[in-house]
Amino acid sequence: MNPFEYAPALESTSIVTIKDRYGLFINGKFVAPKSGKYFPTINPSTEKKLSEIALASTADVDLAVKAARVAYAKVWSKMPAAERGKYLFRIARILQERSREFAVLETLDNGKPIRESRDTDIPLAAAHFFYHAGWADKLQYSGNGSGPKPYGVVGQIIPWNFPMLMLAWKIAPALATGNTVVLKPAETTSLTALLFAEICQQAGLPNGVINIITGEGATGAELVNHPGIDKVAFTGSTEVGKLIATSIAGSKKAATLELGGKAANIIYDDAAIDEAVEGIVNGIFFNQGHVCCAGSRLLVQESIQDEVLTKLKERMALIRLGNPLDKNTDIGAINSAAQLAKIKELSAAGDAEGAERWSPACNIPADGYWFPPTIFTGVSQTHRIAREEIFGPVLSILTFRTPQEAVEKANNTPYGLSAGIWTEKGSKILWTASKLRAGVIWANTFNKFDPASPFGGYKESGWGREGGKHGLSAYLKASN
Amino acid sequence: MIIDGTESSLRAYLKTLPPVDEVGAHARAAMLATRSIKTTSKSWAIDMAISMVDLTTLEGADTPGKIGTLCAKAVRPDAMDATVPSVGAVCVYNDMVKIARTKLDAIGGTSIPVAAVATAFPSGRASFAVKAQDTKDAIDAGAAEIDMVIDRGAFLSGRYGEVFEEISQIKEICGDKAHLKVILETGELVTLDNVRKASYLAMLAGADFIKTSTGKISPAATSPVVLVMLEAVRDYYSLTKTRIGVKPAGGIRNTKDAIKQLVLVNEVAGPEWLTPKLFRIGASALLNDLLLQRMKMRDGFYAGPSYVTLD
Repeated sequence: MNPFEYAPALESTSIVTIKDRYGLFINGKFVAPKSGKYFPTINPSTEKKLSEIALASTADVDLAVKAARVAYAKVWSKMPAAERGKYLFRIARILQERSREFAVLETLDNGKPIRESRDTDIPLAAAHFFYHAGWADKLQYSGNGSGPKPYGVVGQIIPWNFPMLMLAWKIAPALATGNTVVLKPAETTSLTALLFAEICQQAGLPNGVINIITGEGATGAELVNHPGIDKVAFTGSTEVGKLIATSIAGSKKAATLELGGKAANIIYDDAAIDEAVEGIVNGIFFNQGHVCCAGSRLLVQESIQDEVLTKLKERMALIRLGNPLDKNTDIGAINSAAQLAKIKELSAAGDAEGAERWSPACNIPADGYWFPPTIFTGVSQTHRIAREEIFGPVLSILTFRTPQEAVEKANNTPYGLSAGIWTEKGSKILWTASKLRAGVIWANTFNKFDPASPFGGYKESGWGREGGKHGLSAYLKASN
Repeated sequence: MIIDGTESSLRAYLKTLPPVDEVGAHARAAMLATRSIKTTSKSWAIDMAISMVDLTTLEGADTPGKIGTLCAKAVRPDAMDATVPSVGAVCVYNDMVKIARTKLDAIGGTSIPVAAVATAFPSGRASFAVKAQDTKDAIDAGAAEIDMVIDRGAFLSGRYGEVFEEISQIKEICGDKAHLKVILETGELVTLDNVRKASYLAMLAGADFIKTSTGKISPAATSPVVLVMLEAVRDYYSLTKTRIGVKPAGGIRNTKDAIKQLVLVNEVAGPEWLTPKLFRIGASALLNDLLLQRMKMRDGFYAGPSYVTLD
């Protein structure tokens, strides 16, 4: 028993007021859904109900799209760009002021550790608004011609892994470029989006510029298929991304799709081992592994396999799993029962196919959805756990002998979202990066994000880029 | 034996050490600094930190009077509360050792060792004969711990054999009479790669402790430096089954900083290092802040600087 066992250090939830029931945010007001239906949203670390969320029907989606259209035509497209920028700056500042409130609510609704929502999600979300606020009146310098034009009304669907951050990635560039928005958050994590709706009111954003409709997959489909939508922006699974691509084919709708990944994290034998081990941990266990760009395939040079594995296991034994509101928690709850079932199913496939599973000793709480940090060794390219996205804290470890083999294995996937390279040799970083077919490549770090840096994938990982100048292009029709 | 002590064997061995990525090491230290230590664990950490303090005065103006009050503080840090543990050691210059030892013995501090800085501290710029004599004098006067400085000039010009040789010879002088702490002066080594190399050099040459700094150079005991040194003792243990101690010194002035150090120890080297035998904090002002925070834990309010003694 360690005498220095950290006592509970719980973040207070008193800063957050959760209503019993939430309506839809349409045309600047919270309204009851036409469907009259609501569904519960729960805290995944306790399975207790937090609130009830409106289920938007066809009629509600229609109202939201119409509100966005009117706001676009009458207000937002006519407003001087510098004025648009002011609203974005205002939203960014309010987000910073209320950051603690957002962080606690995100942790309650999503299950992620407060350390991550406090230090990563919310500060980055605010940073995205600040970054794009600055672009609003400078779009003619964004590389899209002298007078680029917005699409009009954008339908946006975001996932549950980074609810508030993904909202910022979607809404900030859409507003900066002069589009209006109908956004649907994920059904298990709508609360921060609804709190964001309050911020829109607080900032005095004109009615209808942002509309937030909650619901399930069917609601998302209604939004995508609505004829009043000019562009679709989606982040989520490749499976749903393909459905969206199919359903908008032949229409005039533009689309950006940010989909799945199975990133290779390549550790060469001349890497800084201690920091590489940190990078492996950060790559796959950050946010419970619910990260599309997670470093879920570790490719380690065979000559240092034992050393890396030993250090990785020692490091994993220190990971603190438990109450997400505890400031010392490293791994929180899995977001939903459905996701937990998927992680368990794929891990069982790893066992069945002959890979060897290892997890550190871990106290799993009685209630809630949990999965311990897990590694599989002896994984080969043919195993399902080397090919399919698990979207959980599960790492598949493969080895390679030469840089050529590392690159071949890294690229041997239908995905191509991200990759990591660990070596102290600069020339090897450049050679490897030029050969990898992935949208984002980190060298001697992993899971680093910045609003100025474009993010997006090759192949089945999606279409288009978000963030930076590239991300602006996705919301603009270029001119001469 | 990993090396035979020759220049070439040292050079070859130090080359096999994995490099340190500065950005990654800083990020890891910053993440560990977010650990929130509350209630029972905070009380435990404060007492542990007090017992790890090497209460230090290394001034040209040191006098027998000054040393005497420091020793009194070391034995009984809080005059009003006998439950406060004594500190780890008293750390002074060579010529103050006897005064400190005599005083400690006279006031019930026989178990508190006197540590002497030696080998032409802080610069280390003297002939080896002088450094050896400096060490012998301190041990003869009753020093149970020797805080020596390495020859940073030799290290930076790649003469690892010289650095190694000096440490081994001082170790030989210490014998079983004194523990040897080797000061790397990381503020002059600058890079974390150098910190790792110097840590191994000192451990291979026989250091019982590796220590960050003299306290005369800034920056001193930064978290990334302590992180890399703790990694070094951890990895050296898996190699040799010998546990080497670590002593950050310089710049650790308040309880928050001290607790951050203990978190680093806990999560990098491991809980086995959470003992004054394997971790010390070189400090002077820190002790009073630890006492004030200890009172706050006990009484529920912050007493203020008038309620701790200035020695």
